[in-house]
Amino acid sequence: MATVEVPKEQKVEPTTPAPAPSKPKTITLRISRFNPSEHAETKFEEFKIPVQKWTTVLEAILYVKQSLDHSVAVRYSCRQASCGSCGMKINGKPRLACYTKVSELESNVITVEPMNNFPIIRDLAVDFKQLFSTHKKMKPFIINEESEVQPGTKEFVQTPKDLEKFLQFSYCIKCGLCNSACPTMATDKSFIGPQGLAQAYRYTADNRDQGKKDRLKIVDQSHGIWRCHFAGSCSDVCPKGVDPAMAIQLLRGYMLGFRK
Amino acid sequence: MVPEYYLVIKMKESIIMKIHYGTALGAVALVAVHILMRLSQKFSDSLQYQNVLANYHFLPYALMLEVILILLSVHGFNGLRVILLELKQGVAYERAINYGSIVAMIVLVAYGSRTILMAGMGLS
Repeated sequence: MATVEVPKEQKVEPTTPAPAPSKPKTITLRISRFNPSEHAETKFEEFKIPVQKWTTVLEAILYVKQSLDHSVAVRYSCRQASCGSCGMKINGKPRLACYTKVSELESNVITVEPMNNFPIIRDLAVDFKQLFSTHKKMKPFIINEESEVQPGTKEFVQTPKDLEKFLQFSYCIKCGLCNSACPTMATDKSFIGPQGLAQAYRYTADNRDQGKKDRLKIVDQSHGIWRCHFAGSCSDVCPKGVDPAMAIQLLRGYMLGFRK
Repeated sequence: MVPEYYLVIKMKESIIMKIHYGTALGAVALVAVHILMRLSQKFSDSLQYQNVLANYHFLPYALMLEVILILLSVHGFNGLRVILLELKQGVAYERAINYGSIVAMIVLVAYGSRTILMAGMGLS
């Protein structure tokens, strides 16, 4: 049998053995507990959780629910930052629990609390009623009398430039993190909020839409667009890269007559 | 229920805010003129009693002071109104703040105008 000589430089070096799986690290998860029907005050409960480098905060909370205390109330659904259900304050900053890895927080103690500026239903679950009702008030749909496509009619033409005007604002998942971070919302409970205002801009800037007048009238009130102080914290916390602070300034441009 | 679109005297918030920004710009420009006028002579001399009175007796300057008074009153009280509206909400409270701001604005302008007028006519 003929032997094949392998050139020296092509010789395969013996591979180093795969590293043994690292031992899971243990962190302390502090969960804010509040049940309006039972307790008068919020208290924190601590749990020791084994985590890997890929463990998310939501997984850590679910570990608590499965193994340590099933009574922890948390809202979640998709686990992939699409549904906007698991917004909460993690180490003081509003974030999505499913989109935040424990390892990125660089702390052995992780504190989770319900979002600010929302009524608490229980523990980490907050009431989104006002968020959704404000969103609905902004008429979040295309208003166009010719929107019914009849046989023979063509679709609305939209150039990439037209699309760019509002595209990022259509990525909003209604998680409420922006409203939670907004300093105006902390004192003004009637303020529309960055989520609603960004959506008002999203549809106003859409060249297929004819409802600009209606929407500008809705946001032009004493607790509307003019109460934004442009702190920018809404844009800072958005997990989808939406910039509500910019939307508010652009919408103001329409109201001041700088934009048509 | 908080009135949604209109505020006091049926004025849209965007109109109020346009006035707010306009009065700010106007006040900055005129106050700059007012300060520069102090520099037309030695600063301490410009604030001597007779020199100050002379300002009031010079009609264009007295008119400018009146305009500054109006601009700052409108801007200042609207700013205060906005702060108070953000602090607390409620129909009765908001109505009181809105009307209270207008009344305070009018009172201050009236009192300041009286001073300008009296000084201009040499009654002080």
